[in-house]
Amino acid sequence: MAKMMYRDAVVSTIAAEMERDPNVVVLGEDVVGGMGTAGGPEAIGGIWSTSTGLYGRFGQDRVIDTPISESAIVGAAAGLALAGKRPVAELMFADFIGVSLDQIWNQIGKFRYMFGGKTKCPVVIRMAYGAGFNAAAQHSQSVHQILTGMPGLKVVMPSTPADVAGLLRQAIRDDDPVIFLEHKALYATTGEVPDDPDFVIPFGHARLTRAGEDVTIVSSGLLLGFCEAVADRLANEGIGCDVIDLRTTSPLDEEAILDSVEVTGRLVVVDEAPPRCGLAADLCALAANKAFSSLKAPPQAVTPPHTPIPFARELESAYLPSAEKIEAAVRKVLNWR
Amino acid sequence: MQLSREALQRAYRQMKVIREFEERLHSEIQTGEIAGFTHLYCGQEAVAVGVCEHLGTDDKIISTHRGHGHCLAKGCDIEGMMKEIWGSRDGLCKGKGGSMHIADVDQGMLGANGIVGAGAPIAVGAALAAKLDGQGHVSIAFSGDGACNQGTTFEAMNFAVVTGAPCIFVFENNHYSEHTGVDYAVGTQQDIASRAEAFGMKVWRADGTDFFAVHDTMREALAYVRAGNGPAAIEFDTERFFGHFEGDPQRYRGKGEIERLRETRDCLKKFRKAVTTAGLLDDTDLDAIDSEVLTSIDRAVEAARAAARPTAEDVLADVYISY
Repeated sequence: MAKMMYRDAVVSTIAAEMERDPNVVVLGEDVVGGMGTAGGPEAIGGIWSTSTGLYGRFGQDRVIDTPISESAIVGAAAGLALAGKRPVAELMFADFIGVSLDQIWNQIGKFRYMFGGKTKCPVVIRMAYGAGFNAAAQHSQSVHQILTGMPGLKVVMPSTPADVAGLLRQAIRDDDPVIFLEHKALYATTGEVPDDPDFVIPFGHARLTRAGEDVTIVSSGLLLGFCEAVADRLANEGIGCDVIDLRTTSPLDEEAILDSVEVTGRLVVVDEAPPRCGLAADLCALAANKAFSSLKAPPQAVTPPHTPIPFARELESAYLPSAEKIEAAVRKVLNWR
Repeated sequence: MQLSREALQRAYRQMKVIREFEERLHSEIQTGEIAGFTHLYCGQEAVAVGVCEHLGTDDKIISTHRGHGHCLAKGCDIEGMMKEIWGSRDGLCKGKGGSMHIADVDQGMLGANGIVGAGAPIAVGAALAAKLDGQGHVSIAFSGDGACNQGTTFEAMNFAVVTGAPCIFVFENNHYSEHTGVDYAVGTQQDIASRAEAFGMKVWRADGTDFFAVHDTMREALAYVRAGNGPAAIEFDTERFFGHFEGDPQRYRGKGEIERLRETRDCLKKFRKAVTTAGLLDDTDLDAIDSEVLTSIDRAVEAARAAARPTAEDVLADVYISY
């Protein structure tokens, strides 16, 4: 085991996979950083420091610094993959899927199906998502609810450095297209990461991070930590919570959720994406459809409101789910009727 | 450069296959047997064949919604395509893609594409893969005068120049983007090549209804790109004999326009005249090819009619490799 930051787990896993497989290539805006400037290549090394040192180790043909052209970045990744490579493309902010959505949605997500299963498109598109930096409406969003709704894509949301390593390695080795969502506010968090160069976490297997028999809390990414804090506090009162980290929203580990809800009879889903047609609503419906007889209270969703993400500190704090809101939802299902 | 007798016969056969494939679809569509939207390539055959005759299976192409000609020219199986258009589970894409999504990656054909302008960035990616492999392979982005107005095409051209991708942007200017004239929709006075030039590429222009002009131009552009000079672009002036899609009433056409185009701008007629006048092939040679091709198209249609239909269970197959 080695202690490292979430962002370092990203770059060390990419580097290890590039070392292992010459077909792995990286592309994106400023993944080298400083190209065409007085400072020269790697003057920056990526704004999230998630590609630091790759250019020096693997050269410009495998670490491709691109213009600000998101459609071309994702499209080029698609072409690289159809031609036998394993591209790891970076969109600097998840919000930028808007300018590349055709390539994500109509192209990489559909090639295999449209072509009758006769090809594969092993693309990884990494992107930084999430609020907490007062970056306002166009640089703070959680986009998994949009992408999870697109058949053909896999969607991954790691919450710890170890999960980054295991899930990113799986994503790079996976033969299907994978959207890899890294929460900005987790980049500087630290944790133990296994040294095993083949450490992978298979997709569709949620992780139980707290165990209890009274309430099931399902979350992912940054908010998982809030849920764990709430569970720990309630444990002091003798209230037991299962806290489930989804890890991947597509594929979805339905079994882990339903098995837990069958025991607890109470579900709280905590999600950073907007409420309408979203993941939280989807999981509440799952429980209603498939665990109806076990339910002791209506499943609750804790999400931001149906608004764009505001800028000012007070506004962003009011917008985001908080430990207090999560705890209130847990008490609501506990005290139902 | 003088082509061998065999090369001339092959080029003519390829163009004739595309022509008869499309003419037959035009009549079969009237029967209602073929589902969905179909966009025919008739009139542009010299471009697809003149370009693809230079390519090997390791060179990639990406096509458009008007893709049958590119598929056939790149080596996709005639019967497999016909079955796909009929929606058979034995089609090239098991009936999942249809006319607008025919692909055969093993042949270097990365797909027809229903989204106008989507192909160019993908072709640049394939070119970057070729650059990485260092074997001198290239990729071709076929785009129309419609796609030349999409931002994706602009992004792709700049991206290719910046990264030195061995990609050739082939613009087929057939003067109509869907139902709108190029005079109206292309701001650079009908001139697409100058846009590519402005992105920093070497460009060529040629008559897309003259197979020999296409073939010679492509040879030059290909030599330039294979030599490691980065991307290039060619604009071919060509014609579309049918509507945007089958069923298009074509009220935008001038009086007698299609008859005139078929008389004066038909690449097959021009080819026949050129090779017979020069004594390279005679009418008997060409007529023999015509009759072979018609037989192969008949066979393909019969096979498509008789081919297995997909079942409801097939809906669920091939979304993912593992899930």
